[in-house]
Order: sequence, then C-alpha cells, then structure tokens
Amino acid sequence: MYVEKSKVESVQKISDNIFLIKVLSPSIALLAKPGQFCNIKVSENSFPLLRRPFSICDIEGDFLFFLFDIHGDGTKLISEKKPGESLELLGPLGNGFDYKEGYDTAVIVAGGLGVAPFPFLVKNLSSNKKVISLIGGRSKKNIVTKGLKNVLAATDDGSEGFHGTVVELLKREIKNISQNKFRIFACGPTPMLKALQNYCVENNYDCQISVECAMACGFGICQGCPIDPTNGESYLLVCKDGPVFEAKSVKL
Amino acid sequence: MVDLSVNIAGLRLKNPVLLASGTVGYGNEIAEFTDLNKLGGIVTKSLSLKPRKGNPPPRITETPSGMLNAIGLANVGVESFLNDKIPFLKKLSTTLICNIAASSIEEYVECTRILTQEEAIHAFEINVSCPNVKEGGLEFGNDLNIVGRITEKVKAVTNKPIFIKLSPNVSHISDFARVVKENGGDGVSAINTLVGTAFDIYTKQPKIKNITGGLSGPAIKPVALAKVLEIKRNVDIPIIGIGGIMDWKDAVEMMIVGASAFQIGTVNFINPNAGVEIVEGLKTYCEQNSIQNISELTGSYQI
Repeated sequence: MYVEKSKVESVQKISDNIFLIKVLSPSIALLAKPGQFCNIKVSENSFPLLRRPFSICDIEGDFLFFLFDIHGDGTKLISEKKPGESLELLGPLGNGFDYKEGYDTAVIVAGGLGVAPFPFLVKNLSSNKKVISLIGGRSKKNIVTKGLKNVLAATDDGSEGFHGTVVELLKREIKNISQNKFRIFACGPTPMLKALQNYCVENNYDCQISVECAMACGFGICQGCPIDPTNGESYLLVCKDGPVFEAKSVKL
Repeated sequence: MVDLSVNIAGLRLKNPVLLASGTVGYGNEIAEFTDLNKLGGIVTKSLSLKPRKGNPPPRITETPSGMLNAIGLANVGVESFLNDKIPFLKKLSTTLICNIAASSIEEYVECTRILTQEEAIHAFEINVSCPNVKEGGLEFGNDLNIVGRITEKVKAVTNKPIFIKLSPNVSHISDFARVVKENGGDGVSAINTLVGTAFDIYTKQPKIKNITGGLSGPAIKPVALAKVLEIKRNVDIPIIGIGGIMDWKDAVEMMIVGASAFQIGTVNFINPNAGVEIVEGLKTYCEQNSIQNISELTGSYQI
C-alpha cells in the first residue's frame, strides 16, 4: 500500500454526469489487482476533509483510471480537475476479485456505476475465459459499457436493451450462461446486490459481490464500514475484509 | 539540539505525539504507512472485558471540517488483545497506553487488573466519555461522583499511570479534572468527541444509524483548546490535549494552552503518516524559536 501524489492526465466526460479520470500512479498501478480500490484525497485543504473511496476502473501502464459520477462536493471537485493538477491516492486497498481459476465463463453483473471495477477485471481474465456482461441502469444514459465485452443492457425505463432490472435479465439469460461453468462478478447499488444475492444463494450459484460503504480511512483503523457476516459474531470491515465478498458470506 | 521528550505523570515519552484511541486500531494496520517507533506513543482502541460488536452501519459521516462517528466501542476484548495484538505492539519501541471502556465500575477495575500484568503496557487511559454507547459512556462521564470512584478504584489495582479521558459535553470540565486529581488519577486526556448529528434532507433520516455520534476533526479544535485551557487554569494536573489537531501548528497551540502531550485522531484517517510529520514540524519550530526542551511550551500562554 502506498500514499502517492498522482498527476491528473485527463478527465473525460462519458455522459451527462459520469466521468473517467486518468492519473499517473506508478507504484499503485504496479501492485493493484482487479476489484481493489483507492482512497483519494481530492483537495489539498480540509474541504472535503476525508478521502473518497473509488474502485480502480482500469490500468494502462503507469496510469490508473477511476469512473465516477458527481453526487457530492468531493466528486464535483474531481470532475473539475485539470491535467497537471494532482490527487493524493492511498492504495491499492481491499482484497479484490478471486478470478483466476475454477470457472469458464465470467458473468459480469453491474448496476449503474457498479461497472467501475470491471474493465480492469476483463483485461486480466485469461484468454480462455468467456465473458458475458449484463449492465443495468435507470435509463440509456446511465449505461456505461467502456472496456467491457459481450454486453447485454437492461434499463428500468426500457430505453435500451431489456426492459427491467439487471437481475431479471440475468434470470432470463441463465439458461445460456449455465451451459458452462460460470462465476458471477457483481457490483452495484445495495438493493440490486441484495436481489442478486437472494437469487444466487437460492440456486447455489458461484457469485462474488463488491459492496460499497461510507468509510474514512479505507484500511481498517476507523472501523467505519462494518458488514455482517452470514456466520459469525463480529462484523467484517468492507475496506479490509472486502470490498469483494462471496455473495453468500455476508448479510446485505 | 532540541529535546522533544516530555515527562507526563512519570511517563517519559520520546516526543509529545500520541495516536488517539479508536484511530489507530491496535497499531498493525497503520504501521503499513508510518513508522510508529518515531512517535511518542500510541493509545489502543478502547478495550472492554469481553469483545464488543459495536454499532450497525452507517457509523460515520463527514460534516463541515469534521466527521461524526458512532462506532460503539467495537473491540476484540481483553483476552484476544493480550493473545493476538500484544505480540505486534511489544515489538515497537514506543510508549503503549491502553484505553479501557466498560459498562460498570467493576469492569473497569477488572480490565485494568488483568492488563496491568502485561509489561508492554506502560499506562492506561480510562474512557468515561464515549458518546455512542448506552452504558458506561456519557452517563459516567457526566457524573462527578462516578468519575471519582472509577479513578480511585482503577488506581488501586495498578502502579502504572492512569489518565482519565474526559468529556467536553459537560458544563465545567475542570470540575472533572479536579475530581480525577483528588482521587489519585495521574492525568487527564481532554477532550473526547462532542455529541452531534446530521440528517439527510431528502430522506429526513439521520446519516448515522445511532442518530447521534461523536464529532471530531478540525471543527472541534477551538472547543478542545478552550477546555484544555480551562483545566490548566484551574487544576494542577497533567493534561494530554486532544481535539482537531491536523498538523504541527495545531499541536503547538494545544501545548501552549496547557497540554504536556497531545493525541492526533481524525487526521490519521486522512494522512496515516501525520504523526511523524508533526514530530518533524515540532522539531523545526523549536529550533527556529530557540526552544531547547519542548515541554517549555506547555502552558506558556500569555494572557
């Protein structure tokens, strides 16, 4: 883990409210695994005070990419960064996906900005793995497919692809998918993950979910991000024990 | 050559920088980012006799220049601390202060009695002021009699220095410091967090599950300075200053109003190397201001 002052290379607007930022961070880029995150200090003063956690979206050489939407002061400040300005990254944090062995088809299930960790995952999958990406969003403009393969979209308003939720889309596609040994990799809003978790636990599907939680430090000292394990008394921490968990192992 | 070491209640710290309880766990995680051996000491996450699960999420939220937390004293308990956490802490060459939180006077005493046998522990900080638990938190910290009794009973089972961590959520914090002194306490840590809350204006729900939490960060520094000053001017007892220290300048200010040593908390979440940077900053400040021994700063206010 490093604290690395990282120069902004570019900030690209992907749609209305969604941005992709590219930053130079060689030591973190070298260590990072798919599903890990960085806790980012977006300003040099105490506004905002705390770092903000972001999934590592992709890595190209010494550069890291983060995908985000503006939903508060911190993300607004990042979206306004100019090339040459800097962010202070702390990372890579968390455990990441277990993606190397034990299945043939990677099924990506993402809701909204839950697509963030997957371009990096897809890039790292061995070439013999098949990939199916099921991407959900409220509407066409919320669907981000950058860096993904074999995409099927689901929208709540039917403006693109399947009219319904991404979990309903998965249920529709499962017959095809389950012809191979598959593993689901999922990230998205908690209600979506909950629906997916119920479905996967009922059917005993192999599923890993990346969960989100407000946190301060990102590495286990603030204890701000507890999550209940399915078995066991004490809380786990999203930052340190996650953010990726076996779907059956935690209570959402 | 500047002497950064301080002596507080018989405890010699290599410098006045301590990492505050609840912001450094049991040391191992933050050690990835900083050299704990360069610090004056660390104060462990509050320990209770049995493990505590802590409060359900959400536990934290950011507020203007600060944050609210309601962790609820989640901790591994005394036994697991001694078995699993002490081995790492033992290897450090820094002062180890154990923070104890409990829901009865008997539990405070029992924790201290067990932990005092561990030679790696140099002193105790007794938390009578956690705002986020039902029992043993503010209901103790707001009661002069109980704070006095806890001090006396805990002191009776250990020869190591005892610091009582005081709440700012009282009318006169110096009354509490006086009670600590009268009952044999070696010093006070001031301040714990301030009770606060934050609501989402759309859902109209509290932003943390516990509804209220403890406010920390730069927002509370002026309050902390005022409380430390109040104690300094009214009671002759060593003070460990806590509250909103983000850099060496804040630390100097805290010492000027009366702190012999100080703790940094929230800043560790943002900059886990802040403690070491503050040590460096203090050294430069002393050199530039011809201060030979940093303890000269303590209570050096000109009012």
